[in-house]
Formats: sequence, C-alpha cells, structure tokens
Amino acid sequence: MSLVIPYAREDAGQPPSLYPDYRSTVLRSPRQPLVHIPPTLTEVTGPAGCWDRLMGDALADLTAQHRAPPQGQRIVVSGRVLDETARPVPDTVIEIWQANAAGRYIHSKDDWDAPLDPNFTGAGRVVTDGEGRYRFVTVRPGAYPWGNHHNAWRPAHIHLSLLGPGFATRLVTQLYFPDDPLIEIDPIANAVPMPYRQRLVVRFDIDTTVPNWALGYLFDIVLRGRQATPMEDDHGH
Amino acid sequence: MATDNRGLDNQSQELFGQTPSQTVGPFFHYGLPWKGGADLVGQSGMGARPDLFPPEHCVLNVAPPHARPEGEVIEITGRVIDGEGQPVPDAMVEIWQANAAGRYASPDDVRSDVPLDPGFIGFGRAATGADGVYRFRTIRPGRVPGAGNVLQAPHIAVSVFGRGLLKRLATRLYFAGGEGNEEDPVLALVPAERRATLLAEPQALGAWRFDIVLQGDGETVFFDL
Repeated sequence: MSLVIPYAREDAGQPPSLYPDYRSTVLRSPRQPLVHIPPTLTEVTGPAGCWDRLMGDALADLTAQHRAPPQGQRIVVSGRVLDETARPVPDTVIEIWQANAAGRYIHSKDDWDAPLDPNFTGAGRVVTDGEGRYRFVTVRPGAYPWGNHHNAWRPAHIHLSLLGPGFATRLVTQLYFPDDPLIEIDPIANAVPMPYRQRLVVRFDIDTTVPNWALGYLFDIVLRGRQATPMEDDHGH
Repeated sequence: MATDNRGLDNQSQELFGQTPSQTVGPFFHYGLPWKGGADLVGQSGMGARPDLFPPEHCVLNVAPPHARPEGEVIEITGRVIDGEGQPVPDAMVEIWQANAAGRYASPDDVRSDVPLDPGFIGFGRAATGADGVYRFRTIRPGRVPGAGNVLQAPHIAVSVFGRGLLKRLATRLYFAGGEGNEEDPVLALVPAERRATLLAEPQALGAWRFDIVLQGDGETVFFDL
C-alpha cells in the first residue's frame, strides 16, 4: 500500500483541445471524451531532482552561446514556479526555446524571410532554486507571420516547458509581452479564455531590470497543486 | 466593454491560478529533444532531430553516461497519426515508467522495499521523424501498486505534444498479453472496445509497436488525470 496525494484537475483557464480558429487543432484533437482515471503512483511521480543526470547542465544565458552577443534587445526573465496553493516548486526544470529578435527560428522548416543570427540559437534550460525561483537571460523575440489565415502574425513569445514534481504536472506554455496588439488576434493565445489569457502575459519590472544592461520581466508559473489531504491508496473512487 | 482585463498580467493576484497550456508549435526540435533522450538504456543519439537545424546550434547536451540498467531491454516504435490517417511529422512523445523492479525514480515513490536502479531514471523524450514514427529503447517496467491494493499491470505513461495540440495528451502503453492486464484497475475504466488502443503489439524479439491515433478510427484513449 502506498500514499498517493492526488493533484488538482485542470482549472477553467486551460484551453480546449479543439479550437477551430487555430486550424491545426481540427485534425489533431481527439473526438472521443477523455477517460478520467484516479491518480496512481504513475501519475504523481516524476523524474524530480535528477535533471543534470538526465539532460546535462543548465543553460541560463541564451546570449552567451556563440562567439559574439546576438542582435536584439537583451532581457532578463525571472519569476517563481508555484503550485496552486502558492507553495514554491523547488528543483524543477524549465526548458526554453524561442525565435530570434527578427522573429526567425533557427529551425530548417522556418522559411520566413527574416535574417538568421549566427550568434543566437534560442534554446536554454534552468532549474528552480529552493524557493522556486528561476532566471534566464535572452533577447526579446520578434513577431512573425504564419499560415493559419490571411495576414496571420504570432505575437512575440517565448516557449517554456516544465515537468514539475509528477507526470500529472507536465506543462508546456508560451509567455507573451505586455501591450502587444497581436495577442488579441492570435488564435493560439485566444484559445485561452479571458481573463485567464492574461496569466500568460509577463510584467515589466524595474527591480528585475539590470542598470545599463538589460530590461527585466517577471513571469510566475503555476502548476497543478496537490490536494490538501493525502489519501491512502486503498480504494478506487 | 463591461470588463476590460487587458491591464491585468501574470503578477495580478486576482488572476492567480494554473498557467494555461499552449502548443509546442512546429519548431521545438532544437530546444526540447536532446540526443539520447529516447535511449533509456544505452548511449545512442536516439530522440533528437539534428537534421532540422545547423550543427553549430546544437546546444542541448548529449545525455550523460550512466550504468546499464537491470532488466529486459525493449524497443518501442510507433507512428503518430492524425484524423485523416496521415503521419504527424512534428509530434513529440514522452514516456515515464518504473524500473524493472517496479520502482519509480522519484522522491514521491517512498517504497524503500523495492530497489532503485542507479542506471535507470525512466523518463524519455523522442521527436517523430518525417514519417511520423517515434522510437524508444528502454526496459520493460515492473508492476507498481494501484488503487484497491491491486498491482497494476506493467505499463508506461505516455505524453504526446505537437503543433495543433494546445494541451498535452496523456495515455498509457500496456503490453499485449502482459501479466495483470485483465485485472488492471485503470484498463478496467476504459470501455472494452477501446482497450486495444492501449496495447503495444509484439513484433520481433523485444520489439513492440504502439501507434498513437490522435483522432478518428481507432482513436487512442487519452486520459483526464
């Protein structure tokens, strides 16, 4: 017998799997209802605490991976990873990827006519400290056009991937920048209903800003939380 | 407009709650699947797609060396398929599983009577190829307890990501003919006519096939966790 502490279910801020305005969801989202299963050890465990053994060292400065600094506005992104009860999630990995300052990905399938930057890959990885804090340095990504509909442009965004403590807490998301007019007309961001969409928008922060060096933005990431009472895993429900 | 929420942001207390999920998009290959991420047993480069970006931009480290894990080595391959039966060439598949003895390498699995394996973590990640096929090399997992004090059948937790997937899809791989499948408390929650979508089929010795159908005929059962 083992103790299984279940995680809270999705809250109202999560997008649906099918959101036809984002055309790629139409043929890739399940049509059958999801089957709810009670949590077992499988869902509440995860590879916590062994990121370096699994993936290797942290890469917290995306502007220092090549011979020279990349083009663009240098920024610091910092914040905490928390659970829904505002408890910090320590020692969890955040993987980061993004386009360059011109809005171009290093990826060979990105054929948009904007310049590549030989000094910018756009991939990084950080691990939260004991208080759930993280910080990385990068350049502000550019917006770019995509083929979803006529004159479609993605707002500037940074992709983030988190594992959290268990299989149930896995999260991939994107952060956006304040006052970007493209957010309101972006079907991927708009799949998240208001006001929850605003959870994806960073805040400019003068205290995170480094004098004479980089603008600072705050972004806290909230993972599904553990329910308060551990339940003994001795009956189905 | 009755309420204008546009002034709010991530730091607003009244918005505190789960960070919404977003798609990985089509361009994650240089940022997520590291070389060796799909080989939970050895030291190969399985899992990455180095053909999709210039070599000087390969900043993800190769998986660090580790001892060879205990247990039966298996290979799992499968195709990710969309609602028109077409392969999905830009999907990412992750697995999480117990070791051969049935213990998770996680601080939340506190069963000290079941041994950990210093050579095995049990987490893997693979990008699909142009043909929609993913591939893992791993260890056949042991059984772990489930609800009702019943042992679960050997299984692997699977996550699917991709362009067009606003949220991670979660499923499980079981082994066709595996011990305990008939009594497994999670399989029992799946309508009988759909259970086969969760069964990997044996191929050659040690090789298993597990296709993932996102939509339509034979749609894989996905879970609400």
